[in-house]
Amino acid sequence: MRVSNLLTTAALAAGFFVTQGSAFAADAQKGKTAYAKYGCWQCHGYLGQGGGAGPKLAPEPMPLVALVPFLRHTNGAMPPYMEPVLSDADIADIQAYLASIPKPADYKSIPLLNQ
Amino acid sequence: MARKDSNPKVGRRQFLAGAIAAGAASAMTPPAANAAEAAKPQPRTPSALPPSAKSMAAETHPPQDMGRIGGTAGSDFMVDVIKTLDIKYMPSNCASSFRGIHESLIDYGGNKMPEFISCMHEESAIGIAHGYYKITGKPLLSLCHGTVGLQHATMAIYNAWCDRVPLIIVGGNDMDAAHRPPGVPTYHAAQDINAIVRDYTKWDDMPVSLQHYAQSMVRAYKIAMTPPYGPVAISLDAGLQQEPIRSHGEKLYIPKYVPTAPPQGDTGAVKEAARLLAQAQNPVIVVDRAARTPNGMNLLVQLAEALQARVVDQNGRMNFPKTHYLSSAPGVVANADVIIGMELSDFWNTVNSFTDNGVNGIGTTNGPRTKQGTKLISISSMELISKSNYQDFQRFQEVDVSIAGDAEATLPALIEAVKAAIPNAGKAAIAKRAEAAKQSYAQALARTREAAALGWDASPISTARMVMETYGAIKDLDWCVANAPNGISNWPLRLWPMEKYYHHIGGSGGAGQGYGPQGAVGAALANRDLGRFTVAFVGDGDLMYAPGVLWTAAKHKIPLLMLVHNNRGWHQELMHLQRTANFRNRVVNLGQDTAPVGCGIMNPDVQYEKLAESMGWWAKGPIKDPRQLAPALREAVAAVKSGQPALLNVWTQPR
Repeated sequence: MRVSNLLTTAALAAGFFVTQGSAFAADAQKGKTAYAKYGCWQCHGYLGQGGGAGPKLAPEPMPLVALVPFLRHTNGAMPPYMEPVLSDADIADIQAYLASIPKPADYKSIPLLNQ
Repeated sequence: MARKDSNPKVGRRQFLAGAIAAGAASAMTPPAANAAEAAKPQPRTPSALPPSAKSMAAETHPPQDMGRIGGTAGSDFMVDVIKTLDIKYMPSNCASSFRGIHESLIDYGGNKMPEFISCMHEESAIGIAHGYYKITGKPLLSLCHGTVGLQHATMAIYNAWCDRVPLIIVGGNDMDAAHRPPGVPTYHAAQDINAIVRDYTKWDDMPVSLQHYAQSMVRAYKIAMTPPYGPVAISLDAGLQQEPIRSHGEKLYIPKYVPTAPPQGDTGAVKEAARLLAQAQNPVIVVDRAARTPNGMNLLVQLAEALQARVVDQNGRMNFPKTHYLSSAPGVVANADVIIGMELSDFWNTVNSFTDNGVNGIGTTNGPRTKQGTKLISISSMELISKSNYQDFQRFQEVDVSIAGDAEATLPALIEAVKAAIPNAGKAAIAKRAEAAKQSYAQALARTREAAALGWDASPISTARMVMETYGAIKDLDWCVANAPNGISNWPLRLWPMEKYYHHIGGSGGAGQGYGPQGAVGAALANRDLGRFTVAFVGDGDLMYAPGVLWTAAKHKIPLLMLVHNNRGWHQELMHLQRTANFRNRVVNLGQDTAPVGCGIMNPDVQYEKLAESMGWWAKGPIKDPRQLAPALREAVAAVKSGQPALLNVWTQPR
C-alpha cells in the first residue's frame, strides 16, 4: 500500500467518526464484546497485554486514526480485518475498550517481579 | 504372541530351512488345479470381517499352556546383555509379543537395572525416556508391542529424533508365520517391523540369533550414544525370546561397550572460524543443542567471554546461563558481522525471517534478519547423518565456514584458537563490548518485567503471574523446569534465574503434541533420584493426548508439580483459523464457543484436577483468581515435597 493511500484512508476514517457524532460514539463495553468475538484476544490477551503471539495493545492503544488503516491494510504477522468482517464502528468500540484498560502497576511495586 | 514347542526336535535354523523347502514344494502345485479352484464362485465377503472366536480368544483369554522350557530361556541371556549397559529404567506398556523378555527382566533380572515403569501408552513410555535423558544424559530402554505398539510410539520417537535424544526401543515380533497364533498376534507381526521408524531412527536391526542379538544391542547403544545422538530400534523375534539357549557349538558372549569419542571439527576449519570471530567487530554466538552436558555450558561461557560476544540461546538445551550479561534476544543477529551457529536445528530461520502471508494462504514472504555481508559459521554434528524423507533438516542455508562435528567436542579447540587469534590491538574493543552488553542486558530485563506486569491481576490469570507465583513458591528449592514454556510466552526463560544445566531442558524437538506431560514425568523420575524438585507448565491440549501418564507418575511415586496452562483451546491452531478466515475476508465461525469451531476445549470444560485425582495425584482447581494461586501453590509444593505428584488447573490468558 502506498503511503498516500494509507494516509487518505486514515483521514477518512478519522473524519467519519468525528462527523457522525454521538450516533457512532465508541462504546468500550461493546468493544470488549467485539474484541472477544473477532479474536483479538487470541494473540494479544483478553486485556490487550500481549505476549508470545502478539504485541501489547493496551494501555495506551494505537489512536483510531491509525488503527483503522492498519487493520485494513496490514499484511504482516497481523492478518488484515476488512470492512465485511469488522466494521469501522466495531474498530472504534474496540479501540475504546483498549483505551479504557487501566495502566498496570509499576513492576517495581510487585515483589514477585523484583527477585 | 508366540506359541512354541517346549522341546523342539529341530532348531530354529533347521526349521526355517525346512519351511523354505516346504514353500518351494507348494509352489509346484499343478497350475490346472489352481485355476479350477479360482473358477469356483466365491461367497461375497464384507470388506472388514469381525475377528473370529479363535482370534478373540488368542488376545483376550488366558494364554494356553505353553509347556515347560527345557534349559535357560533365550530372553534370560538378553537380560544379561541389557544389564551390561547400565540402563536404570524401562518405561513400557506390557504386551504379549515381548512376554518372553518381559518375564526374564522382572523375574530372572529382579526388575532392577532396568526397572519396569508401567505406562498406559507407548507414546508415554517414549516421552518418559526422552525427558529422563535430558536430565541424566543416559538413555532408557522401552519395550514396544509388535506392529501396534510401535505405531503408538512413532510420534514420540520422531520427537526424540528431532531432539537428538538417544533411546533404545526394543520391539516384540513373531516372525514365524507357520507357528505363531493366527488372528490378533498375526496382525501384530510384520515382515520388516522397524520400517515404520527407519526414517527417524539412527539404526535398527532384527537379530536372528542370541549372539546376533548381543552384538546388535551393544551396537545399538553405541550408535545411539555417539553424537549426533538419536533413537535406535531392535526387534526381538518371539521365538528367539522364548526358546531355550542352544549352543550351536559356540559359546555366547557379550561384547564390551566402549563409548565412541564424539567427533571434533577439522582443525583447519576451526582455525578459520576462530580468525573470523577474533576479527569481528560484533560477533554473535547462536546455540540450540550445543551443550550436551553441563560442561558444554561452561565452555560456551568461556568462548563468549573471550570474545565478549552476545549469545542467543534457542533453548533446545540449557546452553548458556540466562543471568549472564551476554545472554541476548534473537534480534542481536541484526547487527552481527560474524555469526557462529552451533548445533542449530534451523540455521535458515536464524538468519532469515518469514511472514505467513502468502497469496491464498500459500507460501511466505521472506527477508534477511542480518545485514549484508555477515559471515556465517556452522558447527553441527547433523552434517554427519542424513535422511531424506522427513524434513527435519529444514531449509538449506549457505554459510562461509561449515564444520561437521560435535559442537561441545569442538569447543575446547575453538576457544584456544580464538584466544590465539585475538590481536593485542583488539583487546580494548572487546572489553568495550562487555560494557555495552551489560547495559543492554539490564535494559532488556527491565522491559521484560514491565511486560510481565501487564494484566498482572487479570482473570483468567496472566501466564506471567502464574509463572512468577510458581517461582515464588519453589525458589529456595533445587528446581528444574521440565518442558518448553513457549506456550506461555517463555516467561520462565525470561524471568527465572536459570544458571544450571538442568534448570531448563528444552522441548519435544519435533513439536509433536502430547510430549509435555510425558517428558515432564521422565525428567521428574530422574530428578527424584537426584533430589531435585521438578515443575512443568503443561498445556491443556497437550495433556489430553495421553493423560494416562498421570497414573504412571502416581504409581511410581514420581514427585512433580504440574501446572495446567488451561487456556481452553489448541491455541496455535485457533490463531491459524482466525488468520485464514481474515485473509479470506470471512468472520470465523465460533459455533457455541469463544474459539473457532474445532479449536476450543470448552463446553464442557475439562476438570483436570478431577482427572488427576482419579489417578492418584494431589490436585486443585480450577483456579481463576490470581489471588488464589499462592495458597494453592503452597499446598501443592508441600504435596510434591512429600513425594507425591501434584497438579493445579489454572485458567489462564491465551499466551
